[in-house]
Amino acid sequence: MTKERKMTLTIPQEELMSPGHLACQGCGASLAMRLALKGLGQRTVVCIPACCWAVIDGPFPHSSLDIPIYHCAFETAASSASGVKAGLEMVGDTETTVLAWAGDGGTFDIGLQALSGAAERNDDIIYTCYDNEAYMNTGIQRSSATPLGAWTTTTPVKHYKKERKKDIIGIIAAHGIPYIATASVAYPEDMVKKFKKAKAIKGTRFIHVLAPCPAGWKSRPEDTIKLARLAVQTGYFPLYEIEDGEKWTLNLKPKERKPIAEYLKLQGRFRHLKEEEIAWIQKEVDSNWERILKKCA
Amino acid sequence: MKKVIMGNHALSYGAMLSRAQVIAAYPITPQTQVVELLSEMCADGTLNAKFIKVESEHSAMAACLGASLAGARTFTATSAQGLALMHEMLHWAAGGRMPVVMGNINRALAPGWSIWTDQNDSLSERDTGWIQFYCSSNQEVLDTVIQAFKVSEKVMIPSMIVLDAFALSHTYEVVDIPAQDKVDAYLPPFNPPFRLTPDDPHAFGGLTSPDHYMELRYKLQKDMEKVPLLVEETGREYEKMFGRYLGQVDAYLCEDAEFVFVTSGTAGYTARVAVDELREKGIKAGNLRIKLFRPFPFEKVRSILSRVPKVAVLDRNISYGHHGIFYQEVKSAMFGEPVQPTIFGFIAGLGGRDITRDSFKEIAEYALSKDKAEEEIVWIGVKK
Repeated sequence: MTKERKMTLTIPQEELMSPGHLACQGCGASLAMRLALKGLGQRTVVCIPACCWAVIDGPFPHSSLDIPIYHCAFETAASSASGVKAGLEMVGDTETTVLAWAGDGGTFDIGLQALSGAAERNDDIIYTCYDNEAYMNTGIQRSSATPLGAWTTTTPVKHYKKERKKDIIGIIAAHGIPYIATASVAYPEDMVKKFKKAKAIKGTRFIHVLAPCPAGWKSRPEDTIKLARLAVQTGYFPLYEIEDGEKWTLNLKPKERKPIAEYLKLQGRFRHLKEEEIAWIQKEVDSNWERILKKCA
Repeated sequence: MKKVIMGNHALSYGAMLSRAQVIAAYPITPQTQVVELLSEMCADGTLNAKFIKVESEHSAMAACLGASLAGARTFTATSAQGLALMHEMLHWAAGGRMPVVMGNINRALAPGWSIWTDQNDSLSERDTGWIQFYCSSNQEVLDTVIQAFKVSEKVMIPSMIVLDAFALSHTYEVVDIPAQDKVDAYLPPFNPPFRLTPDDPHAFGGLTSPDHYMELRYKLQKDMEKVPLLVEETGREYEKMFGRYLGQVDAYLCEDAEFVFVTSGTAGYTARVAVDELREKGIKAGNLRIKLFRPFPFEKVRSILSRVPKVAVLDRNISYGHHGIFYQEVKSAMFGEPVQPTIFGFIAGLGGRDITRDSFKEIAEYALSKDKAEEEIVWIGVKK
């Protein structure tokens, strides 16, 4: 008798995001939403502030998502989500997951105060930052998530970004919330697993997703997954989790980290960088990687 | 049950009796007692509500709006700088048709720092699409919170209950606190026609093209126009159940008046004393206290003032480069009427300077001795 072979799907088949949305070709943020919802399921309410996703969803009266959406003010993703959760509970719905879904501007910059407030109160929400590393919806202006060395329209080539990317995970981790994770659209199983895991936890959960943006990174749309993967393989964007502010776990350790130059050269926003500047960035990536390795040890 | 309570606690009792389900607030002098009492009520179970202790007024209103959209009855309170910080979210509340009820304690805006009363904070929010009620007694504050929920939830437009800093917020008065079962009979649970729920998913507030936006605003105005009548109806219904009529305006001895003060807030009570004194001297004076400021009670104001020869509007506020704001509004209401009173505009009491019987005496002397105002703004009690 031959053994019956069963195929198990590692990613749920259910699609809560429909075609017809308004994202650009190769948009990492749209893929991120599709995967996140596969992890969270239909009983989810999402609060979306001003960001690319305020447009991607589709103009009134259309919507590309099969879950309710509250388009909220720029700096209010977290506070709106806290309110929605409290409101739902008061009308007897304790099951629905409330998701705040904001870009890097709405998280690292203008929405940081509200996010810190919600995290300190440990409000029962999942906050996701899909990070495309600049104000992409308004036309590529630098944010505090824009990496060192990058060109944007407000950090032109002659004055490219000289400051480090803000350590958002460090800031959020300092709040001691029950769950923090980084995720990448190039590792869909890992990402869906993290959203499923987050869903089962109570309190404030924070997921940081790197979302390549061909329009803003000046990369080819077909390179989105490649870039997201290289970000992990170079150690620029390590995949890890922090539980209860204490327990750090590295989810993927490349046998040999690739040089950051491989990641940078596929993006026009780094084209102006000279060799010594790339070496400087490599040093930054190395020390950050070592820091996280130590935490996860 | 009668209790001696401060104006701020009248707001808290109003929210409690209305069975507010979500409260999100941030402390600011002189509002603090409103939220202190509400947190106690939430903590000891007197009120079954979730109190979100947010980190700013902006987040307070944002959280209220999320809760309201989820279908919960929602209350908050603030003042001055806090209200100004909320400004963006006030537009969001009205534009998104979320019927939050908020207490605002009138406090002068900085700089220089002031914690004392004037109306520039709430009047700066005139055009945000909120219903605004200006109260002059603690009883009126409590009753109006309950009425405001009823009105707001009917038209899905938020309401602001406004009271003077200290002159009302910290003044203790006897207040009749209605029985919960009677309030329940007056105010049914909040049941919005649309809400955030995975059972019936919709997108709220998404990108709206020029093809649709204007209709949303047209509908807001059309519903706002229903409010004066609704205030009248709900105010009469309140009178039937609780013995106190809650109207758009409070007209005191205006029927035969030849000279009428137009006032708002606590100054509206002081004005009554001034009216009595003038009447003793044989001057037929009256006082029209405007309680509902937005939407403006055009019909009431016109019907009362069109038979009065002289009107003195008192403003505890100023629109810099124009006039007092109630003065502008009253003039605009009376413009084009077949019989028009002579209208004088007075500004007094900014930043908490007292408005006394003498202030009204000065106003009356000026207005009664002149055929028309010699200045567009007559300042009362200012050190020039």
